[in-house]
Amino acid sequence: MRLSTRKILDQTFTGIGGLATALLIISLLIVLGPIIVRGMGAIVFRETIERRVLFLEHFGRGNSETVEAERQRALRARQPIYDAIKEFEAGIIVKPLEEAAKQSYREFKEELREKGVYGSEGSEKLIETAKSVRDDFIAAVRLEDNEEARQLTQALIESPHRELLAGTAMDGVFRMAGDYLKTIETVDLSRRSAYTASLLELKDLIRQLLGPFPDDPRPILVRDQYGETRWDRARLVAHELLYKETYAEADSSGMRQGIEVPRVEQFRGTPVEPIFGMVESNLGEMMLPRLTFYWRFITDDSIDAHFFGGIWPSVLGTLYLALFAMLFAIPLGVAAAVYLAEYARGTPLIRIIRSCIDTLAAVPSIVFGLFGLAFFINVIGVSDSKSVLAGGLTLALLILPIIIRASEEAIHAVPSAYREASLALGASKGKCVLSVVLPAALPGILTGVIISLGRAAGETAPIIFTAAVSVGLPLRAWETLSKPSPVLPWTIYNLATEHQLVDQIRHVQYGMVLTLVVIVLLLNATAILLRARIAGRLRS
Amino acid sequence: MRSSISLGERITISHRRIQIADALEKIGSGLLFLVTSLSVLAVLFIFIFIIREALPFFRQEGFKEFFTSTRWFPSAAEPEFGALALFFGSGIVTFGATLFAAPLGIAVALFLSDVVPFSVRQTLKPIVEVLAAIPSVVYGFFALVVFAPLLQDHGGAFLGVGVGIIVAPAGMILSMIGADLLSGLMPSTVQRTARIALMALFTLSIASVTFLLCRAAAGIEVVSGTNALNVAVILGIMAIPTVVSVSEDSLAAVGRSLREASYSLGATRAETLLKVVLPAAGSGILAAVILGVMRAAGETMVVWMASGNASRIPAPFYDVLEPIRTVTATIAGDMGEADQVTGAARYSVLFALALILLLFVFISNLVSQWLAQRVALKTKPRPVADRRG
Repeated sequence: MRLSTRKILDQTFTGIGGLATALLIISLLIVLGPIIVRGMGAIVFRETIERRVLFLEHFGRGNSETVEAERQRALRARQPIYDAIKEFEAGIIVKPLEEAAKQSYREFKEELREKGVYGSEGSEKLIETAKSVRDDFIAAVRLEDNEEARQLTQALIESPHRELLAGTAMDGVFRMAGDYLKTIETVDLSRRSAYTASLLELKDLIRQLLGPFPDDPRPILVRDQYGETRWDRARLVAHELLYKETYAEADSSGMRQGIEVPRVEQFRGTPVEPIFGMVESNLGEMMLPRLTFYWRFITDDSIDAHFFGGIWPSVLGTLYLALFAMLFAIPLGVAAAVYLAEYARGTPLIRIIRSCIDTLAAVPSIVFGLFGLAFFINVIGVSDSKSVLAGGLTLALLILPIIIRASEEAIHAVPSAYREASLALGASKGKCVLSVVLPAALPGILTGVIISLGRAAGETAPIIFTAAVSVGLPLRAWETLSKPSPVLPWTIYNLATEHQLVDQIRHVQYGMVLTLVVIVLLLNATAILLRARIAGRLRS
Repeated sequence: MRSSISLGERITISHRRIQIADALEKIGSGLLFLVTSLSVLAVLFIFIFIIREALPFFRQEGFKEFFTSTRWFPSAAEPEFGALALFFGSGIVTFGATLFAAPLGIAVALFLSDVVPFSVRQTLKPIVEVLAAIPSVVYGFFALVVFAPLLQDHGGAFLGVGVGIIVAPAGMILSMIGADLLSGLMPSTVQRTARIALMALFTLSIASVTFLLCRAAAGIEVVSGTNALNVAVILGIMAIPTVVSVSEDSLAAVGRSLREASYSLGATRAETLLKVVLPAAGSGILAAVILGVMRAAGETMVVWMASGNASRIPAPFYDVLEPIRTVTATIAGDMGEADQVTGAARYSVLFALALILLLFVFISNLVSQWLAQRVALKTKPRPVADRRG
């Protein structure tokens, strides 16, 4: 080959190496980028008034007076929406009206009974009349034709029965009839069944956005007691409220294309119509967003299965697990490393031991999990079922080879002059190792320990069957011996795949992933810096 | 005389002291040996207990269905335990990850060890370490929440770019070598022009082929983002640090003298690396790739979260855009249901799967150790480096 070609090839080769390295860096950035950016969103974000109320009621944080003032302000902004819904609902969902009429009739009979005239001939007639009024009203509200309904209601109001029953509980029915007459003017009753479905959908969206209606009973689940607590989520829900996504049979390819139709189309000419304009223009006043820095995300307990609040139980569980693993692995690992580096000779037995350590390092983490379940829990019975202790023991086995290797390398790196000097002064071998070699190797050993700490904190597979549950309270120190705990990696898996409302708590998931990544990377950065210092010291 | 102890006595005392110290030393080193052999015990116990829990399955159900059927319905009324599709799933994602990680990892290792100056290398190495340190559940989360939707919506574009990145440099090199070799056959007067013409011709044709391939790839519709390709790419990224750090160690073990001899004979850096250094470090690099394979095959969280978990062999079998299910994901996923029925076949079958995995890893590990030892023998003896990266 010609020299110039060879040179070009050489440069191309270098270029390919550079390209590969660049790809590696890019993939690191691509993996970490979204996690860092969106993970920060769990900590720094715009909160709404709903979140301030939630935190006041659940954690007692915030000034109750200002929060109450803000709540009233938001309520004033929301009131037109509630009023419009109520007005519209009166013509659409008539079940409550029917119930109210029946209730009035029952109260009326009760009144008669209290007066002691129940059963007399006059009362028979009264009851008969009241019953017909009740039935007429129910018939009127059930009609789906505006004109007929108007006539029937009008007739009811103008009927002589009104005079007859004046001053009794039946007044309520006539009053409702009067209101209903007004409702008929604004609502197209013939579309009642169509409206019913859309109105229920709309009400659900409003509940999701603003929390329960003022006259709703208090919901059981915490997640239903409040509206959207984050401004970004609120905007999303508001968009969903304004535009309904429907699927239309689209182009020739047969792909169904999602298109967004303004929801207001469904409510043209009804009292609800202005709601959409209000939501579009006045959402800020309804939600009162404000930038907040929620550093307590890490130290707060979670509320309602991670729907609100922080991730402390999982963080604590991770710390416990890593500490347990260290507690078992460090003494064993360092001792083994000392033996291998200082005492062992190249006998076949030692070769087998080394080979076993390599094998242990290569065992897949899920197999460690199965082993932990079969051995530590089922055979030895360190705890009745999953516990942090069992998980810690399993993780200790997993990181044992890493600690042994790192420590052995660190001990090897101690210059032999140190040993010789100590031995020459008359120290025994054990004394020499304990007071000269180990202190000199300590930073290197520490590096390995820190790296394996990060590994223990991040492993998931070994703890699935031995230590992790998806939801739980933070454990006290002594409870770790017998109880399982939520652990960050497992909670991440669980929230990302099995939570009922995966999409609504993305910020929590990202926040957790970021927390885990930060823990692990901080540990690794410490190790890298420590190693750089050792390298510098050895060179000088 | 101040001291009443005679010299002889003194010697005896210090002699006894030495004896005691010696005994202590022996006890100490014996204890250390015991602690060290715990690792052997751990490996033994892992094998014993996995086998012990797996045996009932093979005794009850035999071997034939397990290894030959693709029907995996362990919790049905009439359970079926055909694990072939699971083995296939593990195999294809591991193969895909290796295809991705081996060339890239070796290229990065060569670049780091032989191309860039020491200071750059010191800054680049932590990046590889960070890639290795990121927990697998984070990769799994990325694969499921970020990568899968991207792949589903813009899968064609991804495939196009991927094909371009692979085909374009390979084509460039081929066209250059081809042009050089062909022009060498021609009379020397026209060689120069012929070479340039040929190179232009080749480059053009390669460019058009690349373009066509990219366009074909870009036209592919990706139905589901959670598929074998997604998992293979992510596993590849996870395996790269292992490949890089172990390859780098064996490249360093080759030593300066071989390289300098090659340079002094007039070889370029590429030639030195390809014809001298790589063959010398070959078995070490193979060991590195095997370790990368093991890392990919044993990985659980990524495949569990992002592989689609469909226990069947796609048709055609090389269709990597189909969801698959792997051995590790099955163990993790099915244990939750089988946890309560210790002793039943659907519990022990998971240990049977683990046993197969363990055997695979054990044998691969022995092979890689043997290969690494060959490097150590070929060059100078040095401790085997951290394989987990």
